[in-house]
Amino acid sequence: MKTRRIDNYGKINRDKILSFSWDKKNYKGFEGDTLASALLANNIGIVGRSFKYHRPRGIFSSGVEESGALVTIGSKDRRDPNVRATTQELYNGLEASGQNAFPNVNFDLAGINNYLGRFFAAGFYYKTFMGIPPLEWGKGTAIWMFFEKFIRKAAGMGSASGLPDPDTYEHAHDFCDLIVVGSGPAGVAAAIEAAEKKLDVILVEQDSLIGGNQLAENDFDNSQIKNQLENLGIKIMTRTTAFGLYDNCVVGLLERVTDHISAPNVNIPRQRFWTIRAKHIIVGAGAIERHIAFNNNDIPGVMTVNASKHYLNRYGVLTGKSIVIATNNDSVYETAHQLSEAGANVTVLDSRTNFEIETNKSFEIRKGYVPYNINGSKKIDSLDISKSEIINKSETINCDQVLLSGGWSPAVHLLSHRGVKPKWDYNNACFLPSDTKENITMVGSSRGLWNKNDCIASGIAGTTSVLNRLGISKTNYFFPKPGGWKNPIQPLYEVKYKKSRSKSFVDYQHDVTTDDVRLAHREGFISVEHLKRYTTLGMANDQGKMGNIIGLSLMAELLNKEIPEVGTTVFRPPYTPVSIGALSGRNVGKHFRPLRVTPMHQWNIDHGAKMIEVGLYQRPWYYPKENETLSDSYIREASTVRKTVGICDVTSLGKIAIQGPDSTEFLNRIYSNGFSKLQVGKARYGIMLRDDGIVMDDGTSWRLAENEYFMTTSTGEAAKVMSWLEELLQTRWTDLNVNVTSVSEQWAGVSVAGPKSREVLNNCVDDSFVITNNNLPFMGVTSTFLKGNIPCRIARISFSGELAFEVYVKSDFANTMMDLLWENAKKYDGCLYGLEALGALRVEKGHVTAAELDGRVTIDDAGLSKMASTKKSYIGSAMRKRGVLKNNDREILVGFFPVKLKETFNAGTIVCEKNNIKGQGIGRITSVTYSPELGHWIGLGFVKGGLDKWKDTNLVGADPVRNKQINLKVVSPHMIDPKGERMYA
Amino acid sequence: MIRINCPYCGERDHSEFSYGGDATINYPSLDASEKDWTEAIFFRKNIKGFQFETWHHSNGCRMWLVVERSTVTHEIKSVKPCHPDLQKVVENNK
Repeated sequence: MKTRRIDNYGKINRDKILSFSWDKKNYKGFEGDTLASALLANNIGIVGRSFKYHRPRGIFSSGVEESGALVTIGSKDRRDPNVRATTQELYNGLEASGQNAFPNVNFDLAGINNYLGRFFAAGFYYKTFMGIPPLEWGKGTAIWMFFEKFIRKAAGMGSASGLPDPDTYEHAHDFCDLIVVGSGPAGVAAAIEAAEKKLDVILVEQDSLIGGNQLAENDFDNSQIKNQLENLGIKIMTRTTAFGLYDNCVVGLLERVTDHISAPNVNIPRQRFWTIRAKHIIVGAGAIERHIAFNNNDIPGVMTVNASKHYLNRYGVLTGKSIVIATNNDSVYETAHQLSEAGANVTVLDSRTNFEIETNKSFEIRKGYVPYNINGSKKIDSLDISKSEIINKSETINCDQVLLSGGWSPAVHLLSHRGVKPKWDYNNACFLPSDTKENITMVGSSRGLWNKNDCIASGIAGTTSVLNRLGISKTNYFFPKPGGWKNPIQPLYEVKYKKSRSKSFVDYQHDVTTDDVRLAHREGFISVEHLKRYTTLGMANDQGKMGNIIGLSLMAELLNKEIPEVGTTVFRPPYTPVSIGALSGRNVGKHFRPLRVTPMHQWNIDHGAKMIEVGLYQRPWYYPKENETLSDSYIREASTVRKTVGICDVTSLGKIAIQGPDSTEFLNRIYSNGFSKLQVGKARYGIMLRDDGIVMDDGTSWRLAENEYFMTTSTGEAAKVMSWLEELLQTRWTDLNVNVTSVSEQWAGVSVAGPKSREVLNNCVDDSFVITNNNLPFMGVTSTFLKGNIPCRIARISFSGELAFEVYVKSDFANTMMDLLWENAKKYDGCLYGLEALGALRVEKGHVTAAELDGRVTIDDAGLSKMASTKKSYIGSAMRKRGVLKNNDREILVGFFPVKLKETFNAGTIVCEKNNIKGQGIGRITSVTYSPELGHWIGLGFVKGGLDKWKDTNLVGADPVRNKQINLKVVSPHMIDPKGERMYA
Repeated sequence: MIRINCPYCGERDHSEFSYGGDATINYPSLDASEKDWTEAIFFRKNIKGFQFETWHHSNGCRMWLVVERSTVTHEIKSVKPCHPDLQKVVENNK
């Protein structure tokens, strides 16, 4: 095959040959190539099929603005779709393939869509999915929905692998005085100036090489610049894109660490997501060349002028032999000259008639001419051109490439992220960055400067302004005026020529044509934001970097307005796509969120525990013996607790030390029940309300001394309660002399429950006298010692309804405590029990947990009205009485039994009246368990009116998700031992 | 990203903090009427510009702070402890 590579050009390393595959065929390229340059060198013109029409597409650019050459890289679980071939560096063994085509990009069966174009115009999706008359809205919608999957398959891009990502990603942070985005002449000048003035500087470049657009110059060598930057101590970050600017001078960056390496070290992350906090940001992000809309302006072989210069001078690829350049500005002439020197036959069509340009006459200039139609389908055969005043058939030029330059758009994206709207500049036919009060300065061609000396001057001026702002210097500075071409640009966005079935593209990526923009206008979508959404102009991978302005100009013309009056869509981060993997970094798999374990975690596992996540905590779920299932196990555990004794790790409960002379007063204010008369050596169950009168949390507080309490909270609300107590003490009740300290990590807790619990403890404590019924009555607290001189706190608290104790030791003694208790519990045929049995025991007793206290429930709803003191005021005491919380039809806590005792039901079941099974019903089931004590399934939940209203009526538990229904009986939530005789034993 | 200059810990990202709420509310006494409490809990001004709000340095020193922040630009004008005694300590240490 012929190569387009030419000798003596380019900065590639011709000694290092790389092999790669394109659509399963093998090719060769060189070190320093991009995939795009290697494809071009191998004379591969078609690299993809377009989004809707499946038209053959080639390579339009040499950078991030690429909207045609989107390809899939890699295979299997490393398949990465929609990669721009223009920025993908070539490596040995790279696998690439075309997208959106079957069987392949050269011969695509869906190419028929090109001829069905009138059905796929703007708004196609909206119209289709609303139904087409006379089928709209009714059944028609469903019929069309049926076709959706076929349409979605036909329109689109590459597909994701669907497999877990095998690569790792990482998050990193840095700080600096000044971050400079872009390493063109302006950025480099700014960075050097700042580093010389002793600022700490980071220079960011999305390319693999520094230099910016100078890399398209034949004689440019960046090694000297690089040395200078490094010697000044500037941190250079290449292959790193500043994709977004955020508040307070924070820059989000994506570093592509190994995307250019064939067999990366597995210990290195593929990409690194940087958050850099700077004092000031200088943006020298450059400018992007625009194309021109005219018939068939998307045929492979169409490219921007600057791109061909890049391919020639950076990669040694002459992209065409017979080249026509169409332009409206001065920027193309150097390229025209170089292309013709390199051996191409070049013609320049310049839409302007009156201008002077110096050339060596190696190419022809057609003043006042524009292109209006390309002939060819998979490649360019010839170009129809015309005088620019009136478009009519005048002449056809045979050529194999058409290069376009419709002007340049400064990359104002990053500034736009900060909500700064760019302003239209008539002289240069582009949007320029506006001034901002934020610490962001635009330099170089991203502020509309077209020549190098101006860019350098602007970089130095930018840094001087930064030094002034930081108070380091007080120096006058000025920025060069935008522009810099000898002849003014003549606005040229579209060459209109009506030809049936031809398409003139505004935005290549989503196949948005000039007709689509006109259709949007006809149908009333005239605001830029509507235009964007209706036509998809400026969406997807490239975010309209090339085509946006053309679309705006067309709408301006249709509305008889100027471009700035039509407006510009707001650019939002990211500037270029950021992979989801990079966003999540290391927070994947079991590192998705923090993991908390109790100090006896390993002990539990060693003793057969199966674990379950509760919030961030790992807690024992059940302790199966031999072949026991979950339900076998928890039923055995719960029965054992009721019969003899069980031991359960309750360390995950929140624990807060409350100390200080006003501690009692403090607790009396935050709990709904009274705490002023709690004696030293006693604990009390308490309920906290929120300001609005809803239950926040429940727990116990133990009075250890006159001015010292030990509070426990639920596992899930521990952090919230701690913050709440701190808020009250630091903001509302600043006169209270109380200190709160989280001691959750410091204490390991265990519940010893069952009729034999005291016997077990007797064998474990130093002095069994302290835990007799007299010395440690129900809700009694004592500080004593376990055998082996282990200090501990014991409270006689029961969640299971049995005689029970909570024992706390310092976390370091957790395993010793467990060994001691377990050794003695075994003597009484006791068991270790987990959360499932704990749940069964508490449901039997009608104790509420987070499943019931879900943030909607009042103290009365939970059947705990007795816990609301009438003798004092407390947080929520006024608001719990508001009307809406006192309605008669509020859902009240009750117990549920199945009418047929053998039947089962599930939490989440909706409670309904027998003949009215619909909607949200009259209640809900929150917790369900098998009750070993009662021998059937039972539930806790809420029903409007509560037990009093329904105790004699059977209700229906509807479970539409599981397609189940069951007849239910409403009972008291205290389903066993309602008088609590066992706890007081 | 908002950066908050904690008087105790120094300047930190907002990810270390939890947002509280309006710092200008004078919560009524516990025995105040339902009406007063309704006013204090549910009615808020939707300020465009600088407002005083509470933030909790939950992943730091655990101090509750009054932050004067612009709702338009996120610019932060002042940060001080909520507790008057802590305010005094901070000022004496300046």
